[in-house]
Amino acid sequence: MRVDGRGRIDRTQPVEFRFDGKPVTGYRGDTIASALLAQGQVLMARSFKYHRPRGVLTAGSEEPNALMEVGTGAAMTPNVRATMQEIFPGLVAQSQNRVGPLDRDLLSVNDLLWPFLGAGFYYKTFMWPRSFWERLYEPIIRRAAGLGRLTPEASPERHEKAFAFCDLLVIGGGPAGLMAALTAAKGGADVILVEEAPEFGGRLLSDRQEVGAAGAATWVDGIIGDLQATGRVRLMPRTTVTGVYDDGSYGALERVARHVAPAPDLPPECFWRIRAKQAVLAAGAHERPIAFPMNDRPGIMLAGAVRTYLNRYGVAAGRNVTIFATNDAAHRTAIELQEAGVRIAAVIDSRREAVPQGDYRLIRGGQVIGSKGRRALREITYRTGERVDRLTTDCLAVSGGWNPALHLTCHLGARPVWDEEGKMFLPAPGAVPGLTPVGACNGAISTAACLREGVEAGKAALKALGLRAPRNVTVPEASDDPGRGQALWFVEGKGRAWLDFANDVTTKDVKLAAQEGFISVEHMKRYTTQGMAPDQGKSSNIAALAYLADTTGRGIPETGTTTYRPPFVPVTMGALGAFAEGAGFAPQRHTTSHAAATSRGAPMIEAGLWYRPSYLPRPGETTWRQACDREVAMVREAVGVVDVSTLGKIDIQGPDAGAFLDFLYTNMFSTLPIGRVRYGMMLREDGHVMDDGTTARLGEHHYVMTTTTAAAGQVMAHLDFVAQGLRPDLDVRAISVTENWAQFSVAGPEARRLLNGILDTPIDTVCFPFMACGAVTVHGVAARLFRISFSGEEAYEIAVPSRYGDALYRDLVARAETLGGGAYGMEALNVLRLEKGFITHAEIHGRVTAYDIGMQNMLSAKKDFIGKAAAARPGLLEPDRERLVGLKPVETDGVLTAGARLFSDGSAHVRETDQGYVTSVGPSPTLGHMIALGFLRHGPERLGERIVMVDHLRGLRTHCEVCAPVFFDPDGGRARG
Amino acid sequence: MLIPCPVCGPRDIREFTYKGHASYLDRPAEDAAPEAWNEHLHLRDNPAGPTRDLWYHGGGCTAWLVVERNTATHVIAGARLTREVRDAG
Repeated sequence: MRVDGRGRIDRTQPVEFRFDGKPVTGYRGDTIASALLAQGQVLMARSFKYHRPRGVLTAGSEEPNALMEVGTGAAMTPNVRATMQEIFPGLVAQSQNRVGPLDRDLLSVNDLLWPFLGAGFYYKTFMWPRSFWERLYEPIIRRAAGLGRLTPEASPERHEKAFAFCDLLVIGGGPAGLMAALTAAKGGADVILVEEAPEFGGRLLSDRQEVGAAGAATWVDGIIGDLQATGRVRLMPRTTVTGVYDDGSYGALERVARHVAPAPDLPPECFWRIRAKQAVLAAGAHERPIAFPMNDRPGIMLAGAVRTYLNRYGVAAGRNVTIFATNDAAHRTAIELQEAGVRIAAVIDSRREAVPQGDYRLIRGGQVIGSKGRRALREITYRTGERVDRLTTDCLAVSGGWNPALHLTCHLGARPVWDEEGKMFLPAPGAVPGLTPVGACNGAISTAACLREGVEAGKAALKALGLRAPRNVTVPEASDDPGRGQALWFVEGKGRAWLDFANDVTTKDVKLAAQEGFISVEHMKRYTTQGMAPDQGKSSNIAALAYLADTTGRGIPETGTTTYRPPFVPVTMGALGAFAEGAGFAPQRHTTSHAAATSRGAPMIEAGLWYRPSYLPRPGETTWRQACDREVAMVREAVGVVDVSTLGKIDIQGPDAGAFLDFLYTNMFSTLPIGRVRYGMMLREDGHVMDDGTTARLGEHHYVMTTTTAAAGQVMAHLDFVAQGLRPDLDVRAISVTENWAQFSVAGPEARRLLNGILDTPIDTVCFPFMACGAVTVHGVAARLFRISFSGEEAYEIAVPSRYGDALYRDLVARAETLGGGAYGMEALNVLRLEKGFITHAEIHGRVTAYDIGMQNMLSAKKDFIGKAAAARPGLLEPDRERLVGLKPVETDGVLTAGARLFSDGSAHVRETDQGYVTSVGPSPTLGHMIALGFLRHGPERLGERIVMVDHLRGLRTHCEVCAPVFFDPDGGRARG
Repeated sequence: MLIPCPVCGPRDIREFTYKGHASYLDRPAEDAAPEAWNEHLHLRDNPAGPTRDLWYHGGGCTAWLVVERNTATHVIAGARLTREVRDAG
């Protein structure tokens, strides 16, 4: 029911939205909950397990009942709290967890079965037969009990991620937070003020009270103006701090555009990482419900929420309201409703000494012990001493006092401390370094105390920041009445009394858990699922542990609380993972030839973060095989061009560069002549192969190392570690130049002819023999030339500064095509290297030694090097180790697959008889059959033996012959030219 | 977490990668006993409290650091360049 003259909604702007398919009209500024309440629609949801009718309990992010599906199609979000979702024209909301219409949910039959559906019932009930659990019981239970649905499609919503930095982060924009922010900003600190609601003010907008000489709302407007005038405060409404992390890191979820119609240029949400030197927590408090029998009916709400609906939204939650409270503060609800013209049936106060604060019927020492009304509250039953009475009412405003919202203070592991006098948990002192809890979340419930603590915290933050406190900040006058009362957690009586509304946990469940031995609060939580719903038990955990304490005869502090962990409110996966999907999942590295390759229709494949052409199809080629076969033949018979810039390139300089390389590589590099290149292998300190590649000596103190594409980053970090950590005595520096040089391999019998067309000074095999390197100029550009081969053909790698890469690649490919060749891709590169038995990280995968790949002769005896001692361990030199071999099918059409296992002919194909595995395969057009590399026990001793390759996954079995890993041109005459 | 890089100042932990305990710097001699190499390669304490370990500022200045850190509290007491730790002996 809407109340004239109250609320902060804009009555000139009606807003129509849909709830369960029907149009509902509210006003701008309404939430779904307030708009529905204004229409008299109290029923908003069905409960988790019993499918009981539920209304709204709160007016904030702690709402356990009114969860809804919001949005349509793939953009639908389940479990949205109706208390948080602002309405906008076109909004579509649906109630969830029901079969049939909300007011006639077929699954409400569950409520009749409640005696059988207690905590852990499914552990006890659905035990036999065992196989039925997965196939029958669990799907049925999941269908019947649950929350909103997920859409099977990927969400089209695109959220944001952002970072922010500040001197002081103030969490909560109520009286304490506002004063802390103002004090700090006036003292010169850069402040971020975060508030969960759309408007700043906290309870100052929810209760009718005065601050200074004015109404609280007017005072808030003034303070916001003051904050903006400082120019130092970033105001972040609709933002919830979700987690506290080390060293002043905070996660925060901003609902950027959840309150307006979706628009392509507006992210619905933004997840912030805020780094703050100091922080003030002014998160306020959550009101406590009381666990009395049948306390879950629509129309039974928290008293503070009833005032919020009245004062923020101009909505009376009922026409004939009863208040059930343990404290003075809740009496304000009666007074404020009366002032708004709402009838008060009675105020039932559990205290015998309660004093009326206005003109209403006060029932002292009373306790509500029951309620009636099928889809909405109609009547309550209450007890005073021995006497039991009934009262007709359509809304019961409940208040059991307040729980400080101290959750964030526990995120680094601290436990809250029980305050016996205030009967509440308080933040542990120093719980989060640099964070000061103030106001209600610190147990200071009165407005005056909040304002005072806010100013003090602002000053303390300034001091910690090395700034001086401002003189022009005073604490305004306000009520210093904390409205305290007695603690009343539950009322004994007939019928179920709910603790956790969201997960349908009752006092009976907690009692059962205790009877069955789950007396630790952590065990009780997991057995009953108390506090494990989307609201994380914000309104129920403390009452549940108080009930557990009572049941087990312990005190509350001995019983202890469960652990509060991030996130404080539910965070959509989309916001957490913003940008980390699709193309944004990982950075993409493109070579300078990327555009040229893709323009030729090349499918790109990932190599680490790099993208390289798989093959470059020509007209008429319909399969990768056709292109690959042609490209391989092209390199063997004419000339091919491939971009090899993705290999790691490390520039190494210094008087001790040679000694440095000798220590890194297993073989010698200090003896390498200037103008020459050598193949090198490096080990990890544990004796296994780390990486391989060629290193060129460009000058006396100057080398350039190449690494594999896959291990470039790892090798660079390794070089830095060796230089800085193990051998700081060496005068040497190393830096990655991978992205500074574009490098292309030109391979094939026509390679030299092609190059001589572009080199300013032509080369021949005498002045530029195999494994030579040197400075050259191409088209007048200074370049580097290396005569190295990964294909077995006469081949050169030419490197130019990256800015010339695109032009040089296109030129090289065009010239290759006139010579009967062209560009080739990764598939052909792989076949070419396999034919030559060259290894890649498919072979040196981290578990192989130099001995395993037949390179034990490269372990120099003349010097120490990384991995030398460990590589000499006996176990790494046993002949029965799996060692590198080549494999070819006995039948020419035999199929080989990477990852397949190897078995001796005639043995069983089981793990116990396993002899090795295949690492790389390729179709060799040169040889006319598939070829493979693999590791086989006693491998090199078994050349010529027939073995069986078994691919259990693909159901393949191929007889093959063990051969040397080099299939083509074993003496290397072609590469030497 | 913030690591106070001696070159770059306090930087976010995401710029760093972890290697292991600072004892990786104490590499045995080539001809040391197998036990010494085994200790160096494989055996590590797992302290609940102060420890010193190696971090690489790969997302920054590429310095290797010895970071003094408390595994129980996450407090980082300080960081030095490995180069200087070695020079100091």
